Amino acid sequence: MEKSFLLPDLSDVDAQGFWEGCAKGELRVQRCAACGEVRFPPRPMCPACRSIESDWQAVCGRGRIWSFVVAHPPLLPAYAEFAPYPVVTVELEEDPALRMVGNLLDSAQGDINEIDPESIQIGEAVRVVFTPVDDVHLPRWVRD
Amino acid sequence: MTEVIRDRTAIVGIGQTRFGDKGLPDTELSLACQAISAAIDDAGLSPSEVDGLAMFNMEAGREVEVARNVGLGDITFFCEVGYGGGAGCGTVGHAALAVASGQCEVAVAWRARKRANKAARMWAQTSARLGDFTQWSRPSGLLRPVDEVAMLMRRYMHEYGATRDQLANVALAFRKHANRNPQATMYERKLSREDYMQARWISEPLCLFDNCLETDGALALVITSAERARDLARPPVFIHSYAQGLPIQHQMMSNFFCEDPLRSPSFPCGKRLWANSDLRPQDVSCAQIYDAFSPLIPLSLEGYGFCDRGEGAAFTEDGALEWPDGKLPMNTSGGGLSEAYVHGFNLVLEGVRQLRGTSTSQVKDASSCLVTSGEAVPTSALLLRN
Repeated sequence: MEKSFLLPDLSDVDAQGFWEGCAKGELRVQRCAACGEVRFPPRPMCPACRSIESDWQAVCGRGRIWSFVVAHPPLLPAYAEFAPYPVVTVELEEDPALRMVGNLLDSAQGDINEIDPESIQIGEAVRVVFTPVDDVHLPRWVRD
Repeated sequence: MTEVIRDRTAIVGIGQTRFGDKGLPDTELSLACQAISAAIDDAGLSPSEVDGLAMFNMEAGREVEVARNVGLGDITFFCEVGYGGGAGCGTVGHAALAVASGQCEVAVAWRARKRANKAARMWAQTSARLGDFTQWSRPSGLLRPVDEVAMLMRRYMHEYGATRDQLANVALAFRKHANRNPQATMYERKLSREDYMQARWISEPLCLFDNCLETDGALALVITSAERARDLARPPVFIHSYAQGLPIQHQMMSNFFCEDPLRSPSFPCGKRLWANSDLRPQDVSCAQIYDAFSPLIPLSLEGYGFCDRGEGAAFTEDGALEWPDGKLPMNTSGGGLSEAYVHGFNLVLEGVRQLRGTSTSQVKDASSCLVTSGEAVPTSALLLRN
């Protein structure tokens, strides 16, 4: 059913390490190999020290809801089927300025519309889960 | 260095096509040529005198085609400005810089757009695999610009206590202005606060009336030196100040990946704009602020210094944006929400009409106008005066 969801292009060299982590059940952010600054989304150069050397650091996968929307049509067909559905932005426990966009679910296998949007609060604690869709593991969020 | 821009150039001609919210048969190239042709006529100039071109990089009709169709002469300056709706004032500013620095003598800037057809909307044309920044938001169903702005607005409401009533103030003010403008798409359609509150959701907390119109149409204007402007048919509208803005660690519109996502591109743009000006925010007679979505108004009111951080939504109260008695009459032709959405370029022409004294909601003795382009994306702005 979710095959027609939009998915990342896994050949993007800057992002590969992130998606490889998701496949292993590990949420990662990029870390500068020279100065240790962490960054997300991934990119080739560290804006703090301009090093192009980087590696991947696993984070604990916990965070808080920074904001959310509830999407209604018109939407792409694969998503319209689930509308209205919430989308959340989560700030990570390690650094609230590191944020990720995702869906809030009851469980990793749930549909993107299974949480009542009226129940969602900014500041709620959440933790990451990974949902396999096609050849990708999408990071999603459940209440912690 | 600020003297390079300050009042050295002027807008001397404006032209536009009709607006089609149900679509127009003309191609974008044809619409562009019609608007440019009308603007050259309005200025009382000949196409052969145009030697500079500045356009959006999303423009479908290229410079060579425009020049071949309109019958322009030898072109010695041409440039394109990026970031969608953020480009509008940038094209005018680049044209002004080119004229002021001697790269050309008469420049035209324009925007032609066909988006009335639903299939023409950018977000509906995405590829199935995302290799760019969209991979960090769209797989989750955050698909459209409205979703990205709604994410920012929900946070803004949480931090500052802003309300839907305050967003309605924006939509209702611009609709009232459109109801006075026979060219506006919404000329004959009234909007009440009850209509707003009962409208269908698009991306909560935003409803239908927080969204701009999708329109087919084109607009253009002609820029030349202040000296030459004084000899032309129309009263010159001087380009007093111009700036662009791309804030630190910004990302197109899904700007959740930086320290301070609610510090929008209008902040750096406004800082440069006022620094290069004799005016202060409280001096301007009116403002034409980019309004693809109603939340962009509070963000811009803060960025351009009309109020402090967090006060933009409250600024809209007591009819502040409404002609004729509001403290800052805004989008006096109806704006993107109720006149037409041609990537905000109609806002520039309305700024010119206010300073010519020909707006359908004319601010009495208008002497200066702030015009801005795409908020929440890398942007640009102009201060115009007469």
